[in-house]
Amino acid sequence: MALLDQTPANAGAAQEGTSRVGQWLARVHPAAWLVVVLLITLPLFANSFILIDIFGWAMILGMIALSLMFLAGYGGMVSLVQMSVAALAGYMVAIFGNSAASEISLGWPWWATLPVAIIIAVLFGTISGALAVRTEGIYTIMITLAIAAAFFYFTRQNYTIFNGFSGFNSLKPPEIFGINWRDHVPFYYLILFWAAVSYLVVIYVSRSPFGLALQGIRDNPRRMEALGFHVTAHRVAAYTFAALIAAIAGILLSWFSNQISPGTAGIGPVIDILVIAVVGGLSRPIGPFIGALVYVLLRTFSLDVLEAVGLDGSRFKLMIGLGFLLIVFFSPDGLLGLWERWKGYMARSRNEFDPLGGGER
Amino acid sequence: MQTAAERLQATGTANALEIRGVSRYFGALAALSDVSLSIKPGERRAVLGSNGAGKTTLFNCISGDFPPTSGSIRFFGEDITDFPPHERIRRGLRRTYQISLLFGGLSVIDNVYLACRGVSRGRFSLIRPRRNEALMQSASDLVNAVHLTEIQDQPVSELSYGQQRQLEVALALSGAPRFILFDEPAAGLSPAERSELIEILTSLPEHIGYIIIEHDMDVALRVVESVTMMHNGRIFKEGKPEEIESDREVQELYLGGGHG
Repeated sequence: MALLDQTPANAGAAQEGTSRVGQWLARVHPAAWLVVVLLITLPLFANSFILIDIFGWAMILGMIALSLMFLAGYGGMVSLVQMSVAALAGYMVAIFGNSAASEISLGWPWWATLPVAIIIAVLFGTISGALAVRTEGIYTIMITLAIAAAFFYFTRQNYTIFNGFSGFNSLKPPEIFGINWRDHVPFYYLILFWAAVSYLVVIYVSRSPFGLALQGIRDNPRRMEALGFHVTAHRVAAYTFAALIAAIAGILLSWFSNQISPGTAGIGPVIDILVIAVVGGLSRPIGPFIGALVYVLLRTFSLDVLEAVGLDGSRFKLMIGLGFLLIVFFSPDGLLGLWERWKGYMARSRNEFDPLGGGER
Repeated sequence: MQTAAERLQATGTANALEIRGVSRYFGALAALSDVSLSIKPGERRAVLGSNGAGKTTLFNCISGDFPPTSGSIRFFGEDITDFPPHERIRRGLRRTYQISLLFGGLSVIDNVYLACRGVSRGRFSLIRPRRNEALMQSASDLVNAVHLTEIQDQPVSELSYGQQRQLEVALALSGAPRFILFDEPAAGLSPAERSELIEILTSLPEHIGYIIIEHDMDVALRVVESVTMMHNGRIFKEGKPEEIESDREVQELYLGGGHG
């Protein structure tokens, strides 16, 4: 047997180059195409409330939760600092760019403000990661929670840079290419574009050497070390990558809510990101977006639902909490896990009637 | 620290593995005491001995999973006693583990690809590997060599025990191995899988030497040219397979029990 010898090139390798894109497109599920078409054509039939306050907000929160999903799902590191990274990017946009607090804001043009804001937020995420990666499990959660809490109290107490309790108001997206990005439809497409880019990049990177190594480290750090990988450096790099997504989302979030303040990254919102990611499912990048949509729908409509049945509307957090408990109780992998189980159940019940169905492969 | 020229010169003449007076204590317990062993380049040797004889401890010292308490280990002339595991891997030393240490969430091919990536550059690359990339090609050759091509896209956690053992062997063959430590590769395998393993081991390129820890004498004695017997952390006897097999002391000590 010719071990370690070159075998003849894979049969499919020759044609592969020409039709790679075609093959890739063919593999996308029809339901996914439906979602893509729906999201692109949404402005044709949805009002600005549905467009921005439901889908826009859900996609922004989904991006921040996606950055957590990347760390937790692929790297096995549950980081609670992602919301703080996003908020810092929002703060930097307010401080270097324009806001109502003109005595602090430097008024830089957008092409200088945005890259600087992203770089600073990514640095913050990386340093947080460097502090957290030497710990495992619950200790990673504790350290990142401590950093997030410190960030919250620091921004609330610091008036010279972060403008203390009130933060910054009237943050608006700039006019670029003659398009007013504050308008609902352009702003919706801006959010959709970055959410889609983050989603596709995470999927792509998950199969790259860097992403595979991260999953290897999740499964077996000791073996990865022995294979010649620098486990700590890899983990820190994962924080850097995740912080980039969170930073972009943070800028969008500050434009979405027109303001940035300590409350943006208070302990509540920090935990909410974890809830969104877990409810959606940490195993695949679509999970956080599903979780974010559920969260936004609950937050927006549970008040009306509660009052309709004669309960105090301010108890919407109870609804979210109960929903979280139920989903985690029935499916450790969130809504994605429920979906997978339902699919498996359907496949099994079909096979009972169809002895030629072959069952699982 | 040796210069590169010295190292090269040493490599030409030195033994693949030169273990001198290695001891390893766990507290007061001597898992290894004063073990010395020389293995020529390309030599294949079995290490036999009952449970607790120190075989796996010896492997851990050689591979760097934990360092010896005293003594020195040279690998192709280079003193690697204090090297971390990945430095030893980069010099061509490989090992398999008794308990599979694989990446359960990744597919078979990705497991092997990571092992190939670990000894090369571009570990932080964000660009996806193409099917015809050299490393991906060598990964799929290795998967083919251990007869796992048909299931190469399955997650490793879904593999049978025997298939996981075969994958362990593929990981050990990744990169350019010069010497491999096999820790009970046949444990728990079916007879068919055993003969497959023997075929894989005997068809390795001649320059790759190895040490194999194996309880199954049928496997061990068919794939090696020399045997070292260990007992209570010491080397007890060395010789050719047939000498060891017929040695009365060895039979009393090791083959005497259930092995008849």
